[in-house]
Amino acid sequence: MRDLNERALRAKDKTSNLGLDIDLDTYGSEPVSHSYVEDLDALSEADKERMIMAGIDAEETERSGTYVQKDASVIYSRSRQEGIEVIPIIEALKKYEWVQDYYWKLVPVDTDKYTARTQLDLHNGYVIRALPGSKVVYPVQACMYMEREGLSQNVHNIIIAEEGSELHIITGCATAAHLQSGLHVGVSEFYVKKNARLSFTMIHYWAEEMMVRTRSAGIVEEGGLFLNNYICMKPVRSLQMYPTTHLVGKGAVARFYSLLVGSPESQMDIGGRIYLKEPDTRAEIISRAITNGGNIIARGDLIGEVPGVKAHLECQGLILNGGSIHAIPELEGMIDGVEMSHEAAVGKIAQDEILYLMSRGLSEDEASATIVRGFLSVDIPGLPPQLKAEIDRAVEQSDKDMSM
Amino acid sequence: MLQIEDLQVKLGDKEILRHIDLEILPGEIHILFGPNGSGKTSLLMTIMGYPQYRVTGGKILFKGQDITHMSVNERARLGIGMSYQRPPTIHGVKTRQMIEICAKEKIDVDALAKKVNFSEFLKRDVNEGFSGGEIKRSELLQLMAQDADLFLFDEPESGVDLENISLIGNIISELLQRDFRVESKKTQKERHKERTKMGLIITHTGFILDYVTADKGQVLFDGSLTCTTNPREIFRCISRVGYEECIRCAT
Ligand SMILES: Nc1ncnc2c1ncn2[C@@H]1O[C@H](COP(=O)(O)OP(=O)(O)OP(=O)(O)O)[C@@H](O)[C@H]1O
Ligand SMILES: [Mg+2]
Repeated sequence: MRDLNERALRAKDKTSNLGLDIDLDTYGSEPVSHSYVEDLDALSEADKERMIMAGIDAEETERSGTYVQKDASVIYSRSRQEGIEVIPIIEALKKYEWVQDYYWKLVPVDTDKYTARTQLDLHNGYVIRALPGSKVVYPVQACMYMEREGLSQNVHNIIIAEEGSELHIITGCATAAHLQSGLHVGVSEFYVKKNARLSFTMIHYWAEEMMVRTRSAGIVEEGGLFLNNYICMKPVRSLQMYPTTHLVGKGAVARFYSLLVGSPESQMDIGGRIYLKEPDTRAEIISRAITNGGNIIARGDLIGEVPGVKAHLECQGLILNGGSIHAIPELEGMIDGVEMSHEAAVGKIAQDEILYLMSRGLSEDEASATIVRGFLSVDIPGLPPQLKAEIDRAVEQSDKDMSM
Repeated sequence: MLQIEDLQVKLGDKEILRHIDLEILPGEIHILFGPNGSGKTSLLMTIMGYPQYRVTGGKILFKGQDITHMSVNERARLGIGMSYQRPPTIHGVKTRQMIEICAKEKIDVDALAKKVNFSEFLKRDVNEGFSGGEIKRSELLQLMAQDADLFLFDEPESGVDLENISLIGNIISELLQRDFRVESKKTQKERHKERTKMGLIITHTGFILDYVTADKGQVLFDGSLTCTTNPREIFRCISRVGYEECIRCAT
């Protein structure tokens, strides 16, 4: 721990080479504490409503566990299924030796000032683990909620799918309706062990002046599957992330999907990087970006290091109403015998598609909304129905906003 | 009734339709012949209201209203439906959803799809990777759900296999109220009177004539309409001596 602190201290002013540089001192509010609730129903209606938008079900029907953190306080943390653990990370670090084997093992603590701050001023986060062979009946839900004006919420999450387990997580980040500005720094480390399946669906529901920096990395062992979905359809001032995954066992698979809507004045810089280090590994990165006036950079990077790997990258962008989309797909084949491809397209809605729908009776606005919704509806194989429903709901919500 | 008077249309700078006059009365079916590139699709797209087909003269009346400058969806709502030669793919929109869009009210999509052997395509994106013949069945299915009063069919049978061609032919004739197989106590004459649906069908193969009894045929040649007469006769003439000779004898 002391070593980590020293490294973090040395990196505390280290800027990131992606995303605009944030002056961390601007976000100096002291967190106020919020008390633990025994039942999510005790939350205010306003809070619940914001959380629902980010995919969190306060009733916990069809959920195998729940973690809710408000600012820096854990207000609810509970598993509802044997073999599935949901523990606040500060508690986990105190109680369990094994957590050390995962803590800052994939994301270097001295990556930049954001990781440094997460180490030096940790505001909790969760450890979610599926024990060997355990399979969740329903997804586990986690929510990072921000209410305190001007706060920097620094969280660290560790997700472990032990050998042969199956774990699905939906994690929502949301802010209180009145919150104007804040910074969210999230570090996440994903461990998918042999023949395990992990899906992680993150829905962001920020506020207009929010800054977001997440730093995450994952590792997938032999025969494992990691599905990583990211949905952000609400305004945010500046958001930058570039999650990295290492496929280190034969036949390991990772698939990243992101659905982005850039509102006016939003700056999003979102990437995904997958290293294919063993034979028969597969990787796929698919992103769909729409801008209504925001600036979106959609990056993707696939690195094939051994023969017999397959990887595909797809970036599609629609510019609806000003703004920009910059697609930066990269492929790095390091050796003979890799099979890697990418497609990228940025454009506007095709007029002949609008007219086709209009000739079936839709108005011009209805026709565009239908096409936009179609553009955002990506089939994600292996995703449980509850999570598909949450993604569909987020998309529906967003086109309600767009048609206003 | 559809009434086209002295219609002139440009596509970009190109004059694509010249002085077209056409009248389709309620209950009438017209067949449109013409060589490749003569402007048949352009005429249908103009009637449907595609804005790139710029009307530079003349007018189009439908059900007594001047629709020359109406938007595509207003025309659809007024009862014009089109089966396209080359419709676009719409990613992420399932065929099932498209059929629901076409039907203004709740319908039994599965029952409808079954009639055109299209059940297994409902879960696919509209036109995504559809073969030529599958596109025709998909378009027909959409029109079945839409139930227009004026049906514009752009080569509904080209590329369709022999088994499906009678299926498509019979459904088109049913949509256009020409289905003689329907049991009815009424005489032919009575039924004839009750027909209101109008059809304008483009064909190269003439197969559709075996299923739909059409009232009139016309040939579109180089942007102009000629030879309004019995469609079978026109078809026979074109098959024997070709378009050029055929329109010469008519003019
Ligand atoms: N976007 C375009 N730019 C230039 N010319 C065009 C364009 N679209 C159509 N045309 C031309 O307009 C003419 C009429 O086309 P249209 O599609 O109406 O013919 P058609 O009679 O339906 O032919 P076919 O029997 O091959 O379907 C053709 O010469 C075609 O090449
Ligand atoms: Mg044509």
